[in-house]
Amino acid sequence: MDTAKLEFFRGTLDVLILKALVWGPLHGYAITSLIRRQSDQALLLEEGTLYPALWRLENKGLLDAEWGLSENNRKAKFYRLTPEGRRQLRHEVKTWEAYAAAVAKVLGATQPPLPAEMA
Amino acid sequence: MTPNPLWRRYARMLGPDPAADVRDELSFHLQAKIDDLVTQGWSPEAARHEAERQFGDFRAVQQIGVRIGEKMERRERLQNYWTDSLQDVRYTFRTLRRDPGFAAISILILALAIGANIAVFSVVNTLLLRPLPFPDSRQLVWIAPPPTACGLSCATYSADAYEEFREQSRVYQDVTGYMAFTTPDNLRLTGRGEPEPATGFEVIGNFFQVLGVQPAMGRLFTTDESRGSPHPIALLANAYWRRQFASDPAIVGKSIELNGTPVTIVGVLPDSFDFGAVFSPGAKVDLFTPLDLNQERDWGNIVTLLGRLKPGVTVAQALDDANRVAPSIYFNVKYPETLGRYKGDLIPVPLKDYVTGKLRRSLIALWCAVGAILLIAGVNLSNLLLARAVARAKEFAVRGALGASRGRIVRQLLMESLVLSSAGAAVGLGLALMLIAWLAHQGSVALPLLGSLRIDGQALGWTVLVAVFTAMIFGLLPGLRIASGNLQEMLKDSGPGAGLGRKHERVRAALVIFEVALACVLLVSAGLLLRSFVKVLDVDLGFQPDRAASIKVDYDDSAPTEEARQAKRGEIFQQIIDRVSALPGVEAAGISDYLPLGPNREWDTPVPQGKIFSPGELPDPLVYVITPGFMRALGIRLHGRDLTWADGPHSERVVLINASAARVYWPGEDAVGKILMRDKEEDRVVGVVDDVHEETVEGGTGSQIYYPAMQQGPSGAQLVIRTSLPPATLAASVLRALRELNPKQPAAEFRPVQAIVDRAVSPRRFFMLLVAAFAGVGLLLAALGIYGVISYSVTQQAHAIGIRMALGASVGRVQRDVLSGTLRLAFAGMLLGIFLALAVAKLISSLLFATSSWDLPTYLGMALALLLVAAVSGYIPARRASGVNPKEVLRSS
Repeated sequence: MDTAKLEFFRGTLDVLILKALVWGPLHGYAITSLIRRQSDQALLLEEGTLYPALWRLENKGLLDAEWGLSENNRKAKFYRLTPEGRRQLRHEVKTWEAYAAAVAKVLGATQPPLPAEMA
Repeated sequence: MTPNPLWRRYARMLGPDPAADVRDELSFHLQAKIDDLVTQGWSPEAARHEAERQFGDFRAVQQIGVRIGEKMERRERLQNYWTDSLQDVRYTFRTLRRDPGFAAISILILALAIGANIAVFSVVNTLLLRPLPFPDSRQLVWIAPPPTACGLSCATYSADAYEEFREQSRVYQDVTGYMAFTTPDNLRLTGRGEPEPATGFEVIGNFFQVLGVQPAMGRLFTTDESRGSPHPIALLANAYWRRQFASDPAIVGKSIELNGTPVTIVGVLPDSFDFGAVFSPGAKVDLFTPLDLNQERDWGNIVTLLGRLKPGVTVAQALDDANRVAPSIYFNVKYPETLGRYKGDLIPVPLKDYVTGKLRRSLIALWCAVGAILLIAGVNLSNLLLARAVARAKEFAVRGALGASRGRIVRQLLMESLVLSSAGAAVGLGLALMLIAWLAHQGSVALPLLGSLRIDGQALGWTVLVAVFTAMIFGLLPGLRIASGNLQEMLKDSGPGAGLGRKHERVRAALVIFEVALACVLLVSAGLLLRSFVKVLDVDLGFQPDRAASIKVDYDDSAPTEEARQAKRGEIFQQIIDRVSALPGVEAAGISDYLPLGPNREWDTPVPQGKIFSPGELPDPLVYVITPGFMRALGIRLHGRDLTWADGPHSERVVLINASAARVYWPGEDAVGKILMRDKEEDRVVGVVDDVHEETVEGGTGSQIYYPAMQQGPSGAQLVIRTSLPPATLAASVLRALRELNPKQPAAEFRPVQAIVDRAVSPRRFFMLLVAAFAGVGLLLAALGIYGVISYSVTQQAHAIGIRMALGASVGRVQRDVLSGTLRLAFAGMLLGIFLALAVAKLISSLLFATSSWDLPTYLGMALALLLVAAVSGYIPARRASGVNPKEVLRSS
């Protein structure tokens, strides 16, 4: 596996998973479908990488897991946000927005900064 | 379609399985994907391939999953365990609060037992386990001849021998020693108001360096200073510096006056160094001066030897080396015929063994005693818990019915024991702290290292260990019995007469028999030690210590010639004795340089005139230098005549010898009037005195010889008086009389001779008291155990008793039955105990003195005491049994 890519992906994937669970408990397959649909098929993740991320979040106490029945009556493991997970999501979203805004500002600049501003 | 294994649900009831969980979760994902693709029109085969492609590395993910799963599982198990335990603890506290009497009694029992264990562990740790308080103390060895009857004098070496040995040995970093023959209060501190007594030891210059002691202030002595230094110098012991010099920070370099001579303080020793604790137990040492080897060269055996081995050298190698060196060592290099006198007499032993080796057996016995106490306490608690468990059978049955597993119930019971034993350990630690603090201040007990007793980390560790162990022994048995019982049965019937109750009772009776047996062993051991102690006190010491007292006397011994000194000394001593004898209440007075049970010395080997003995056949007698009146003052019986003041420097040389010496010199003859030859000098034996215990109360006696102070040089003067009054009342008037004759006389301690004897027997008394105290605790616990069982069975049988009384059984009859039940238990325990005690007594026989380990009176006495205590502890429940009201019993049933 390309570890560099994974490293980059990890933080992003975590926040996407947390976001996906905001509306209620989902099993792993539903989470991948949800992320794909909501990103208009733009974010295609290698589905296998989802699970280690889920387990890690569960281990950290951000998610709770429970066995239940899927839509077509199969036994599936459902994940749910814990209060801790919800807090984490709010925090991550804020960080992401600030990060995105800063990157956008730099990328959207039309002229070099003035020397005075550099000081 | 992957079949959903239905059995997995049940499998999970048996325990979690992270690997199966991961497999299930991932295969669900693939299946869902395949289903979706198939709905989109893929063929099942292609859909499976596509699903697997989109998933990525299935096995890698699975592995990660299993690992994380196992980790979480472990954590969860631990968490569950903790929550359960916390729940148990809370539950325990609730239960114990409901029954505060039970909790208090159990904690008290445990506190006594655990406290005794902690205290004794601390003593054992300090004296036996912990190394001596010197750096690399394992390298330190004590060098002495093999143990013989002749005491300190044979355990020492001449100045020449020391130097030769140090020179020729190859295994030591350095060898040192100190002057062995030092008496308490041998110095007086003058020039600061009234003269005050002080105890000073002369040590070889490198003494502190060899031990590895660093000065707290100033410097240590140097090796050169053992060759005689022009300016007298001294090192102060820390305690003395604090007491006498008010911790003067500028003391180094100051001059003090000892015996009227100015002495410069070169340093102060650290507080951690306690010479007395290691080398001279029970004594306080105030200061140290360098031993002038040149001056002592002709004095004979005066220095002890100790050395620090080179790293890696074993004691066995040191012994080989000493045996190699010994033949080439002179007693005195000036006399070639003294070469090789120390052959076989230089035996290095670890210093630690020298200091505490003799105590090992006593300490181990003590340790076993507290171990037995712990067992008794454990059995007792086990019994109490068992009784409670039966009473609580319903509670457990209900809990079991509600789903608690047996393991859980046993765990609950163990938790109760653990809480009890922890509380007991906490209280016991408090008791031990008090006991240890008290022991550490028993300065008068002649045990080494006692002052450094403390509860340290190791003792705390031991406490935890003991607490857990105790909880196990007393918690497990009731727990297992409950767990093995049929819960249903308990639920149905836990009332009196139930089969289970009876079975329990048998177990409890067995436990009581066991603890009575243990208590019996303790009692018999303590009894044997007590009897030994009494025997020791009864030993005929050869003198009468009661109503005699001694004080160290200072006198001016300066005169140009030896003869003039002798004459002058005689006059001074006679004046002192005349003056003191005239005091009201004084029956006799006399002076000796040494007192019995103190250090000792030998000069040479006198030979009876006209007899031939092979070398080594004659003893080197112990030497006392005395004045007329001493024998009467100390109460030593005399045959022949006492010395008189007329036995001066110019008259015939006379001596007194003891009965042992007389038997060796002139077997079967009267020694009085015979002549002893010392080289050319003739000494006429004018009297024979009883043997005096010179070194220990318990040891035998050797040959003793008494020279008049007017004809030989004493090494100091101890005035001994015999009085009809309590000695303490005379202290002031005796000191006043001495001061009138000699203003320089220091305010020395007026010591009852009995105190000297007490000090000599103090280690035995110490151990005897401890073992006796522990036996008392053991007996108390056993009595509690008996009481508990009988009392419980009376309660259980109240119904039956009531019916019997209704049918005409008399009060006396009922009481007799209960009592005889008690005595049966006690008797069985006693028989078992005596059987065990016979074995144990064999083991402690080396600690006994003039007492057989089969000593019948002790066994009988202790058995009687045990039965008596048992009878009393059974009588109380018996009275209650007879108080049962038959009407009430019948009505209530």
